Amino acid sequence: MKRLLVAALLAGTLLSGLTPASADEVSQYIPLPTYRVGAYASSGELWWAGERDYFRYINEVEGGVEGVKLNYEEFETEWSPDRTVEVYERVKAGKDGSPLAFFFTHGTPATYALLEKAAADKIPLIDPAGGKTETVDGTVFPYAFPLLFSYYSQASTGINYIAEKVGGFDKLRGLKIATVYHDSAYGRASQPAVEVLAKKYGFENIQIPVADPGNEQSPQWRQIREQKPDWVFLRTWGVSTVVALKTAQRFGFPADHIIGDVWAGSESDAIPAGTAAIGYSALAPYPGGTDFEIHKRLKAEILDKGKSDLRDQKLFGAVNYNIGLVNAALAVEALRTGYKHFGARPLNGEEGRWAFEHLTIDDKRLEEIGFKGLLQQIKITPTDHEGGGAARIQSWDGEKWVLQTDWIKADHELLNPLIQAGAAAYAKENGITPRTPETETN
Amino acid sequence: MNMFLETLIGGLLAGTMYSLVAIGFVLIYKASGVFNYAQGSLLLFAALTFVTLTDQGVPALGAIAVTIGLLVLTAITIEKLLLRPLTNRSPMTLFMATLGLSYVVEGVAQGIMGSQVRALNLGIDDLPIFLGDIMISQFDLIAAGVALAIVVVLSLLFNRTRIGIQLRGVADDTRAALSLGIDINRIWQIVWAVAGLVGLVAGLLWGARQGVQFSLSLVVLKALPVLIIGGFTSIPGAIVGGLIVGAGESLAETYIGPYLGGGITPWFAYALALVFLFIRPAGLFGERQIERV
Repeated sequence: MKRLLVAALLAGTLLSGLTPASADEVSQYIPLPTYRVGAYASSGELWWAGERDYFRYINEVEGGVEGVKLNYEEFETEWSPDRTVEVYERVKAGKDGSPLAFFFTHGTPATYALLEKAAADKIPLIDPAGGKTETVDGTVFPYAFPLLFSYYSQASTGINYIAEKVGGFDKLRGLKIATVYHDSAYGRASQPAVEVLAKKYGFENIQIPVADPGNEQSPQWRQIREQKPDWVFLRTWGVSTVVALKTAQRFGFPADHIIGDVWAGSESDAIPAGTAAIGYSALAPYPGGTDFEIHKRLKAEILDKGKSDLRDQKLFGAVNYNIGLVNAALAVEALRTGYKHFGARPLNGEEGRWAFEHLTIDDKRLEEIGFKGLLQQIKITPTDHEGGGAARIQSWDGEKWVLQTDWIKADHELLNPLIQAGAAAYAKENGITPRTPETETN
Repeated sequence: MNMFLETLIGGLLAGTMYSLVAIGFVLIYKASGVFNYAQGSLLLFAALTFVTLTDQGVPALGAIAVTIGLLVLTAITIEKLLLRPLTNRSPMTLFMATLGLSYVVEGVAQGIMGSQVRALNLGIDDLPIFLGDIMISQFDLIAAGVALAIVVVLSLLFNRTRIGIQLRGVADDTRAALSLGIDINRIWQIVWAVAGLVGLVAGLLWGARQGVQFSLSLVVLKALPVLIIGGFTSIPGAIVGGLIVGAGESLAETYIGPYLGGGITPWFAYALALVFLFIRPAGLFGERQIERV
């Protein structure tokens, strides 16, 4: 009996430690499907460190967002869409009194898998620089947000940069531009945009697929050598980028005429390629480096105080770490927008959608939050769920990424009809009546 | 014609890289009848250990010595903790055990040494060498030489040493070997250690090509069609299987790929293996199982 009493007292003490300090203080729940193990762990490990460090900074230094603390929780998925769907199902009702304002999918395949489910549950899916490009059209996809930089914008920005390098758009006529792409939904996503761009500017569009995982690419680069393109747009992922750069070097294709897309432009891609990566450029909606104000603040408040999630602090400012920072900042600023409108309390999915659809980060705000140069100006509207569509270009000097340009914007005039046509086709196929945001009240 | 020859030679040389991975499987299958799913994880573990040590300033030779020591230790541990308790269980049970082992090895390796991609420079540049108009890869040429050297060393080990004869005895008939007093547990430890060493060589070469990272463990997927074609029990079969897969997928990607939308290498190797399964189920050099019914 005595033992039972002691055990009960002990259990009671332990449980009381798990109870929130104040029942009134409800934090905003943010689940994070992550991949710290598995094939993509090398990028994931840094990405989540960036997200967690920024959320911790907001909670501990700024006292939360408008006073509301962020309650973030990780779920290991190994970048597997089915596990991400499982996480979504587990968390969609929220936690500890907080509803779910949005759900980071952290991967294009997971976004595809959840598109219809999340729309039915009225929970916004957030997938910056990823997702299904047509979801930029918020009239058909009210609950999908491929923020910052769609795959069409990636193609357009890449071509704009090549035009800049060759001396103008008129010089693109007659050039050969090959896209070496990961043979997946992600890799193929930019093809319609490149096709339209090739027609407009008169360059020859060569498309060369690389099957996953892409650890042997001699046939593809032999084809490059035979067809002699002037530029190569590299839309690979993971090991296929490293092997592409090394094989390009072997086949004599110059690295400074290869432009990688967002997901082929991190230290994990360049370092293992060694000298083959020197001069290689990549689109950078998330530039690498620590020369930004936010890094000074994080260093002082998080890293130097031993609170960082980074395992190796030499990787502070790596591209993947900065991806985490930017994505976390987008979430924080959207929540702030929502709290100012609905009041400082945890938001639900519909309120979260409103918050993201009214997210504006101008130059002044970028200065205030310390993201000037690291994040582009962004203005999301109910009809435009991308809100940015620009990237800087960075080149690998053998040790680090060096920024080459300011923000280069995609040709939205050209891309929007393409996006709207794709969205309209999806709406027709799925019996969706596009919303008319101007008639909505909130 | 030059294009065809270059594609063929390039494919053959690339195939030897697949052979290196396949040899590790053959060694264990030959001695114990176990299809070791964890071979890819051991390959990752070996390369990750080497590169972690060199990153810490350990000289390359010292790093190799320590890595080999750890591989031997791992082999002994696997035999004592995993294989010995499962002796006489069905091949499927043993296969499932190695499947579990692969997750443990990957998790422990990444947990201790991190999951970041590491560069591995063996001092062999992946530069072109020209034979007339035909370009071949210096790196692949050296890898082919290494694979050949491994085959020679393993042949000597199997045919000219006492341990090799014991290994062959266990492979031919485990019960007969036991009745002759051969210590089968020791043989298994040796085989797993040798397979680990082959994994180290394969891991270093693949790591130098694509960086040392988790996806190294996935190169085993390339070894499966090689094993089906060459046979699960033959080291020369692994070499020949690798050459066929390498040349086949390279020629197919170049000449058939454009008609099928490209990117056909992964499934082409398996389609080729399927054809061999129909014609010669034991593979080109595999032992035909004849059972009395």
